[in-house]
Amino acid sequence: MKWNVAVRKTMGEPLHRFELDIAFASDATRLVLFGPSGAGKTLTLKAIAGLLRPDQGHVALDGEVLFDAEAGIDVPARDRHLGYLFQEYTLFPHLTVRQNIAFGLDKGWRNPRRHVDSPAVDRLLDALELRPFGDRFPDQLSGGQRQRTALARALAAQPRALLLDEPFAALDMPLRSKLRAELRELQQRFALPILLITHDVADVEAFADDIVQVDAGKAVFGATFAAPARSGPI
Amino acid sequence: MEPAWVALGLSLKVALWATGIDLIVGVAVGFALARWRFPGRELLDSILLLPMVLPPTVLGYYLLVVIGRRGWLGGWLERAFGIHLIFTWQGAVIAAAIVAFPFVCKSARAAFESVDAQFEQAAKVLGLGAAAIFCRVTLPLAWRGILAGTLLAFARALGEFGATLMVAGSIPGKTQTLSIAVYEAVQAGQDDLANGLVLLTSVTCVAVLLLAGRLAPARIPGRS
Repeated sequence: MKWNVAVRKTMGEPLHRFELDIAFASDATRLVLFGPSGAGKTLTLKAIAGLLRPDQGHVALDGEVLFDAEAGIDVPARDRHLGYLFQEYTLFPHLTVRQNIAFGLDKGWRNPRRHVDSPAVDRLLDALELRPFGDRFPDQLSGGQRQRTALARALAAQPRALLLDEPFAALDMPLRSKLRAELRELQQRFALPILLITHDVADVEAFADDIVQVDAGKAVFGATFAAPARSGPI
Repeated sequence: MEPAWVALGLSLKVALWATGIDLIVGVAVGFALARWRFPGRELLDSILLLPMVLPPTVLGYYLLVVIGRRGWLGGWLERAFGIHLIFTWQGAVIAAAIVAFPFVCKSARAAFESVDAQFEQAAKVLGLGAAAIFCRVTLPLAWRGILAGTLLAFARALGEFGATLMVAGSIPGKTQTLSIAVYEAVQAGQDDLANGLVLLTSVTCVAVLLLAGRLAPARIPGRS
């Protein structure tokens, strides 16, 4: 996957201004954005997903332009075909595991039925070992089960890449290393490019084919909107 | 007691219509207030709250000015469609709908604001359009809060007196609702009728409030 991202956005009130100015390019299958909390990692991820509109810049994946301020291109989030794993997983609390996974399969006005019959959902329930929990609601799941449900929901839409926002931050320490291994295995099985953001060095060690370091809204090593950092062979 | 049942039936009819109108308009306006930033948003919110604090007689007067035969809206309705609203049960519906409106609108706004926008973002990334997100995520998560407010609005509409009397008058069997029938019975010294009416009103209102209380906590399925 060729990631080509350069976004600039000014946010907040005049006295508490936050300047996001991040640019990076990489062709890593597993790219990690690493930096402290509040550095602008989540904002960058949302800009790539189309949930945040940058003031300037561009977002292109494998050469397909998803956003370009100058050319006036802004593909809506729903047409970008990206899987997004929110930090708190954001499972729909009024739907069961099965309904959550089936959520993106039908884009009509009604939610999937409680016992929705779908081979795609069944496959994902099995692949992520969620079969026994299909009829449970999100608040009846453990942290690990929640994460797997969120992954299954994202995978069901057959995204071209997966964006992961601090995927292990909401979990207990002992569970983290187990789920890191799971996610690595899953990424390889689905051969899915991932962009993961984290403040945890252990995530970098486990996932990074390539790394972009972020601090205070900037990609460090002097990378800016005007002169994007090039890391790794392109 | 036969007039009492007629009055109860009329009260229920007026309150149901008024609540139905409030539900549709209140949910739409509550959603706009919760999700959109536009100039005058808080001013609009305050104006929409007015029916809660203004004396019902003042509201009734405003309504007469607007939908009365010489009012700008009432005059147009009469010329264009031959519709009279004053001294009709439809007029009573309008009065009750306006008095009860803040209950639906306020609770809908609060319910929508309590829905974490991240749920909507998650639905967006999964490929849903705005209307589908509203029907499948936002409304189901806000539904209980809206329903509780709607039942309060129904109770308020059922008890409406002042504005209704001014707009629709007190025509037995036509516009004389329970609360107005009580007033008339007491004025006429019909104590038996008044007792029956008061009891009937109280029982109906307690039933509605019990229902509202059961639905009030923002509980969603699967949450304990």
